[in-house]
Amino acid sequence: MKVTVDLSGGLELLFDKKKVHQIEFSDKNEIPLRELILYMRDNLLKERAELFVVDNTVRPGILVLINDADWELFGGIEYNVEDKDTITFISTLHGG
Amino acid sequence: MSAVYIKDHSLNSNEIERYSRQLITPDIGVQGQMKLCASRVLVVGAGGLGCPVALYLATAGVSVLGIVDYDTVEISNLHRQIGHQESSTGVPKAVSLANTIKSINSLVTVNTYETTFTSETAMDIIKNYDIVVDASDNVATRYLINDACVLSKKPLVSGSALKWEGQVTVYNYENGPCYRCIFPTPPPVDTVTKCSDGGVLGPIVGVIGSLQALETIKIITNNKEGVLSGRLLIYDGMSAVFRTVRIRGRQPHCSVCGDNPTVTQLIDYTEFCRSNYSEAAGKVDDRVEHHNIITVQQYNEVIKSNKNHLLIDVRPSNQFEICSLPNSENIPIEVIDKQESIDKIEKLINDKINSNEDSELSVYLLCRRGNKSQDAIKILDEKLKISRDKVKIQHIKDGLLGWNESIDSSFPYY
Repeated sequence: MKVTVDLSGGLELLFDKKKVHQIEFSDKNEIPLRELILYMRDNLLKERAELFVVDNTVRPGILVLINDADWELFGGIEYNVEDKDTITFISTLHGG
Repeated sequence: MSAVYIKDHSLNSNEIERYSRQLITPDIGVQGQMKLCASRVLVVGAGGLGCPVALYLATAGVSVLGIVDYDTVEISNLHRQIGHQESSTGVPKAVSLANTIKSINSLVTVNTYETTFTSETAMDIIKNYDIVVDASDNVATRYLINDACVLSKKPLVSGSALKWEGQVTVYNYENGPCYRCIFPTPPPVDTVTKCSDGGVLGPIVGVIGSLQALETIKIITNNKEGVLSGRLLIYDGMSAVFRTVRIRGRQPHCSVCGDNPTVTQLIDYTEFCRSNYSEAAGKVDDRVEHHNIITVQQYNEVIKSNKNHLLIDVRPSNQFEICSLPNSENIPIEVIDKQESIDKIEKLINDKINSNEDSELSVYLLCRRGNKSQDAIKILDEKLKISRDKVKIQHIKDGLLGWNESIDSSFPYY
């Protein structure tokens, strides 16, 4: 399965400054979102992990989208990511 | 005579002429313009977002605009805060923006609040307005404005921006979500980047502020269906991409707008968010041992005495490029823990020691405000393998801003 991960609001800085990542899991048809997040932390993260993950989920202030809609509409971290899904992580901005 | 021609509405000839182009726009019309001319909007923040928001709402003809800002105009504001002038440097931002507005549309009543928006002042100010615009620049104020809007039942048009990006949405509108529904817990303090640290472009806040003004106009003119509630608009200026994504609705368990709220009056948001009602950095607290600190005055003496030492500037390289102290080495905090950097620092230290074997070598760490240089102390303490009999590591308190303030004002302030 292939998953697209989108990063915005400065989160891309933690992931090698790349806004879009393609991740392939050749041995799986679906993967729990929590596992995807921990996979990203352990394999893709280039900077301090605590800026992305706290207590085995994304830290407060990050909005997660599944195919362009809030993950809360799909069960949040319990969602099972499927082939061709796009998961977006947006850090909320505060400046003005 | 005009009374003969104008019927069934309260717009006079001057207003018809001034607002003609928006008056003839579909879904505004006479009814919409009358609503605009009777509306009262509070804008919190007279900076990058507040300027375009207030200017567009004033030119659109709102009746009363309230502008809250405790700060005064600085030269470094003018690249993006388009409601202020060079001649307003030092003037309260609320007053400066009000003056610009009055010179464009004298029909608008502008109330200025030259004060920090706090739990003590918020409800009293908000009660005089129908809609609130969040054009602030910090987390604590954002939670405060949200709760004040929920408690006083006012819609909130929220915008934010940083670097090349911006976000816009409308909270607490027609049973839609509030800020806390989406973000129940404030972000950890060290994950928040301020415009004064990360930078921001004028056109980015211009776009986001303009979108906030438009959402406000839609709410006032009762164009309900298109209002950006339950959706978040994200603008990535670098990629030239606008995206509007669906976000959760009002949450029944939300602590302020839910069915059984636990927040029923304003709280202390500086405590809740562990940060101030301001993006101003202020003085940085000491987080390292006393013997790891020297002042800018003491460092100035080190230079004057020609003492053998190593100066490491840990700012990002794009800031180092702007200005730096003589003979400083740039090793950014983002990479200082990498083995490559550690090797480089050890080589620099060894070269200095070899050139003057008798005395102990002092390594000084420097950054903009004396914050990251303290983090660097901890990292180097852990990673440097060189014997501490020969090397003493200290950070320069207050950093380059302190150098500008106390030693040499010709060092560029940014």
